Amino acid sequence: MAVQEMKLREKSAPARVRVVVEEAAPPMMPVIYRRLSAESLRQALRKMLLIRRFEESAEDAYMRGLVHGTMHLSIGQEASAVGICAALDPTDYMTSTHRGHGHCIAKGAQVSRMFAEFFGKEDGYCRGRGGSMHIADVSTGNLGANGIVGGGIPIAVGVALSMKRQKRSSVVVSFFGDGANNEGAFHEALNMASIWKLPVIFVCENNGYGMSTSSDRSTAVKDVAQRASAYAMAGRIVDGNDFAEVAQAAFDAVERARQGGGPSLIESKTYRIRGHSRSDRNRYRTKEEIEAWLARDPIGAFERQLLRLGFITTADIDAIRADVEREIEEAIAFAKASPAPSIEELTRYVYSD
Amino acid sequence: MSTLIETRPAQRPQDVFAGDGRSHVSRARELTYAQAIQEALAIAMEADERVFLMGEDIGIYGGAFQVTGDLVQRFGTERVMDTPISELGAAGVAVGAALTGLRPIFEFQFSDFSTLAMEQIVNQAAKLRFMLGGAVSVPLVMRFPSGSGTGAAAQHSQSLEAWFAHVPGLKVVQPATPYDAKGCLLAAIADPDPVMIFEHKLLYKMKGEVPEGHYTVPLGKARLCRPGRDVTVVATSIMVHRSLAAAEELADEGIEAEVIDLRSLRPLDRDALAASVKRTHRLVCVYEGVKTLGIGAELSASIAESDAFDYLDAPILRLGGAECPIPYNPELEKAAVPQTPAIIAAVRNLVRGRR
Repeated sequence: MAVQEMKLREKSAPARVRVVVEEAAPPMMPVIYRRLSAESLRQALRKMLLIRRFEESAEDAYMRGLVHGTMHLSIGQEASAVGICAALDPTDYMTSTHRGHGHCIAKGAQVSRMFAEFFGKEDGYCRGRGGSMHIADVSTGNLGANGIVGGGIPIAVGVALSMKRQKRSSVVVSFFGDGANNEGAFHEALNMASIWKLPVIFVCENNGYGMSTSSDRSTAVKDVAQRASAYAMAGRIVDGNDFAEVAQAAFDAVERARQGGGPSLIESKTYRIRGHSRSDRNRYRTKEEIEAWLARDPIGAFERQLLRLGFITTADIDAIRADVEREIEEAIAFAKASPAPSIEELTRYVYSD
Repeated sequence: MSTLIETRPAQRPQDVFAGDGRSHVSRARELTYAQAIQEALAIAMEADERVFLMGEDIGIYGGAFQVTGDLVQRFGTERVMDTPISELGAAGVAVGAALTGLRPIFEFQFSDFSTLAMEQIVNQAAKLRFMLGGAVSVPLVMRFPSGSGTGAAAQHSQSLEAWFAHVPGLKVVQPATPYDAKGCLLAAIADPDPVMIFEHKLLYKMKGEVPEGHYTVPLGKARLCRPGRDVTVVATSIMVHRSLAAAEELADEGIEAEVIDLRSLRPLDRDALAASVKRTHRLVCVYEGVKTLGIGAELSASIAESDAFDYLDAPILRLGGAECPIPYNPELEKAAVPQTPAIIAAVRNLVRGRR
């Protein structure tokens, strides 16, 4: 197989990730693309690029001291977030994780208000009270990232119960990582969702590590999806770096949930290219492993697939990248200009006014 | 200051029914504390489709203390919902339901089991509104059968209310009478924020006057149970009754104790307490939770930091739970928490100047 190198980004931003990609086999159109318009596929690519550039820019801003605390980047996991959310309506709900920037953007949040939150500003989605780890956008159904591993999973089941009880057609996606599948909350939540046949889709983004501890060392089963059988629900493994495969599984599970068929578990196998958080010294994995996954970068793969299938041209891609760059710049300017919260309002929002 | 304290509300129903649009005056009957709670649950479910109950064995079994009783027959299994024995997960389900339009009322079978659900209560329910900058609220009610005296030993007898009262974002109440049990619960259900209600298990069979229909007792207001000039005894839950019994006996000796039922730990009615101490010049705090770093410490500090401090004629005294888990043996169990004779002796010594 021929090997080529490509730059991930426009020359306007210095390339930080050098990617080695493999030429793929002759074009085969994924079945799910028959349900998605060319425009929605282009929008999916745009969202993946927006997530990537948002996180790279947030990382830059952190280095320059604009972001306080820590952050957990999902670079390399974009196809998983966008593929799942492609199957959701704006009225559907989502609970997210500490690695939740991608989920937030994929569900429809504005990066301007996300940057404002990261900069601790009043225009942030949480008025500067939550930061990266609690980023949320309730207006698009995102009930928030969560600082507790597995914390959002039972909450998602409660939201699904609420939808069913109110006879609303909305479904709920609960994102979590491989680390969370060993929390009691995961098991309790899956059991309840199953006995009550609730419209919830559990999405385990298995990036191989719960902080530094690999799935091999922490999880008794080979695949998290196997655990679905213990709760009498469908379990499915997908290549989390393949947008089409993730989207197909998401559409199937969402359809089942909406029709009253109950919950599903999707295990999306992916990889986080960056460390766990800002404190990570990367001592638990090899350079070779990281490089092998860089070669499977989900954005490059999606771009090449859309080009091969004729859904997009290189000029379209250039235009999307330029547009994303502009959006990021404007968003950062908005966030910088936003006012800081007032110290007098320190204890506001603890209780309802 | 005196306006902050209601005097014997059950005897003056026309006063306490004010302030809520849906309230109406009705005659009072005798109900047990458990019946009063059940009546409040039924009224709330009747009035509002969004209200539903969750808990372990609250359906056909009727709840471990028969608080939900036959409600499942009236409202069905969807609204009187048995959960698996999954306190953490079920508490999270309640949080998610509360976030998106329902009004869950969650029963812990024993308050001790809430330790399994602390994550969802402390990290999620209490903080979501704040963390999201006011974008959501969590109208969740949780009920905690608590306290010792049933011979159930260390893991079914604790008084953990002070743990919860230490968490901004939660409201914590401890109704001591059937009247307050119903009124506080109806107030909690109407409240937009998470409210934790601690119900002493020995109170479930206690009878008292309870008006029919809907009424609320404001959360965060103490109640003056018995006026007195010599000493303020501030108590919570079952200790209110033991303090009142002590006050009766002390009156025979010429000591007039003022008894205050704190009713709510968060918000805390500091003003009512300070006003009472200014009248009596002495303070005794009586509570069942472990004495050290408990409710009494906060009440004492509250007086020490206020202008009521200048009125004190004696050191502040705390009577709380012993520094041990609740034991099984009945005599040991009694000795582990304040009993009426101990309250009498402590108050007498304080007032007579013997310590």
